Amino acid sequence: MKELLIKIWYNWYFQDCLTVLLILLLGYIGKKLAQREYWRLAFRQIFQRRLIRICFGVLCLYVAIALLDSIGYHPPMRDAQGNIQKHTESGKTLYDPTGLSVLDVILTPIRTAREKTYSAPLATIQFTKETFTDKNNQTVRGYPNLRYPGKHILGTDRVGNDVLYVALKGVRTGIIIGGFTTLIVIPFAMLFGIMAGYYGGRIDDAIQYIYTVLSSIPDILLIASFMVIFGRGLPQLCFIMGITSWTGLCRILRGETLKLREAEYVQAAKAMGVSNAKIMIRHIAPNVMHIILITTVLNFSGLVLAEIVLAYIGIGAGANTISWGGMVTDAILELARDPVIWWKLTATFVFTLGLVLPANLLGDALRDALDPRLRTE
Amino acid sequence: MLAYLIRRIAYAFPILLGVNILLFILYFKINTPDNMAAAILGEKRVTQEQIENWKREHNYHLPLFFNSKEKGVSMLTQTIFWQKSMCLFWFDFGKSDTEETLIGTELKNRIPYSLALTIPIFLASIFVNLFFAMITAFYRGTYIDTFSLIVCVIMMSISGMFYIIGAQAVFAILLKIVPVSGFDTRFPQMINFLILPVIIGLISRIGSGVRYYRTIFLEEINKDYVRTARAKGLGERKVLFKHVLKNAMIPVLTNVIISIPFLIMGSLLLETFFGIPGLGGYTIDAIAKQDFAVVKAMSFLGSVLFITGLIAVDISYTLVDPRVRFQ
Repeated sequence: MKELLIKIWYNWYFQDCLTVLLILLLGYIGKKLAQREYWRLAFRQIFQRRLIRICFGVLCLYVAIALLDSIGYHPPMRDAQGNIQKHTESGKTLYDPTGLSVLDVILTPIRTAREKTYSAPLATIQFTKETFTDKNNQTVRGYPNLRYPGKHILGTDRVGNDVLYVALKGVRTGIIIGGFTTLIVIPFAMLFGIMAGYYGGRIDDAIQYIYTVLSSIPDILLIASFMVIFGRGLPQLCFIMGITSWTGLCRILRGETLKLREAEYVQAAKAMGVSNAKIMIRHIAPNVMHIILITTVLNFSGLVLAEIVLAYIGIGAGANTISWGGMVTDAILELARDPVIWWKLTATFVFTLGLVLPANLLGDALRDALDPRLRTE
Repeated sequence: MLAYLIRRIAYAFPILLGVNILLFILYFKINTPDNMAAAILGEKRVTQEQIENWKREHNYHLPLFFNSKEKGVSMLTQTIFWQKSMCLFWFDFGKSDTEETLIGTELKNRIPYSLALTIPIFLASIFVNLFFAMITAFYRGTYIDTFSLIVCVIMMSISGMFYIIGAQAVFAILLKIVPVSGFDTRFPQMINFLILPVIIGLISRIGSGVRYYRTIFLEEINKDYVRTARAKGLGERKVLFKHVLKNAMIPVLTNVIISIPFLIMGSLLLETFFGIPGLGGYTIDAIAKQDFAVVKAMSFLGSVLFITGLIAVDISYTLVDPRVRFQ
């Protein structure tokens, strides 16, 4: 059973199914919310600002890249002549185990344009010196011409991969870290937060106890121990980050439910004999949705940034996953070289800022529109 | 006051016990001492005998909860749970798993260096954040406000790593104004090594700090007493700095005191990047070496500080706000 679960987790298809499902779910929730008058008004107010429209567009672009990178297939393996390889005994076609995503196919020109090693953005010659034979058949020491001069907008890394391509592949990891973690956080926080606030008494004490214990341990140490014990990987990382970050939302939801519990419509529902579970689902949950949405959007950016730090400490998504954190960690070593190799760090900087800044701005706008208490003048 | 304090501390005990049990489950139930020994001695070529030896050396050979071979109290004390988890309560951290040093002495030696870095950051960031937040609140609704808010959001959206890497590359490597990394325990020379990390720590906190304090000020500004103060003809500056600032003290204090754990835990990244021999660097080393004894000790220390912070917040309320009484 455990083996099977582990196999499913590591299966390329399964994670991608989840990603696609997650993104579809997001779309569905968005559509559902837009049908309610309160939300529609808020969204209309937000989207009147051009800055927010741009932010939303950028976020959609990132999500689209993640989606394209999650849908893929396993192409048949080909030998040097381009013939499809078959298994020598059974005669079955062999398939590439790593697989190609739609994004890989779209980016084929820069994916396959591999150099030998570092090259600066838009350069025509290699960044490092080496001994090679030039046109006149003389062995010289210098900067050899690139195989694909001027084609690498953001240069290439140590093994000659195009940095733009690597950074684009990191988008999916970033979205998964933000998205899956949120998917773990929301049910936990909603269940415990609303229950603690609604029932009060012993249940409240117990739930408060659990989240005080969890939040009192420094997050980074809990994540580190968990990752060391269960091994590095994207699913583990999302899981443990979910465990450490549901407490904040839970606390806020508890406070809000405490207030809502005394509201007249809840009292009326109670007087009419509506069951506790139904009151929580029908009357309280919809009225804390705005808090969940705001917190989620703002948390999302925090998670993307946290991954960079975790990767540096060595407890990130692991070496097999292309992530921005891994890129920054590589870039630190490159910065120490002389002359400095700056393009990988710059690329990561731009890509993370491009995801986190719109998310923060959108979260702020949502807060201003949906939570009148925190509305700024 | 004293009775209140004692009751609060009594409440803290079950939480620390919970932390202890959680850490115990994580380190000794899920991850057995055998796994730990194998990881530290090297995964592949390690015999069972070596593992047993290592466990005996580090006291991991004892039973988990109950030792039937001993008599009396030592039935409970001669166990892993007692020796490795309960002993944390009186700050007996034991020996490090990978080095022959006592964690307690190591912590004592390193705390001053962490404090040398974090106290300046802590104090300076309170003043700088409050100052900028007052300015944005004073100019609320104008272009200055909008502009500084956007700057704040941008600063918040940049990972702390980039501040450190960027500043180190520009000021230490390129311009050579300050040393790249290292530390000097003598006082005036120390500043040389500390100035850049302190400034980076300050800058990476400005974004969220200013925005948080600004929200607090704006909440206060809409209250009745502010209107009264304005109605009786007080200038905006006097209203803001005399009345609003005083009343906003409670949420400000909460935010300040709750970040006290940061003082001791140090700034993990700043310490590793700048080679400051404080607790942050120690912790990161321990994570890399899979030294669970150190990670466990630091986790416990962190949660003790967190809970101390919570109690301190409650006490400070009563000092700042005469309406709050001990209950």
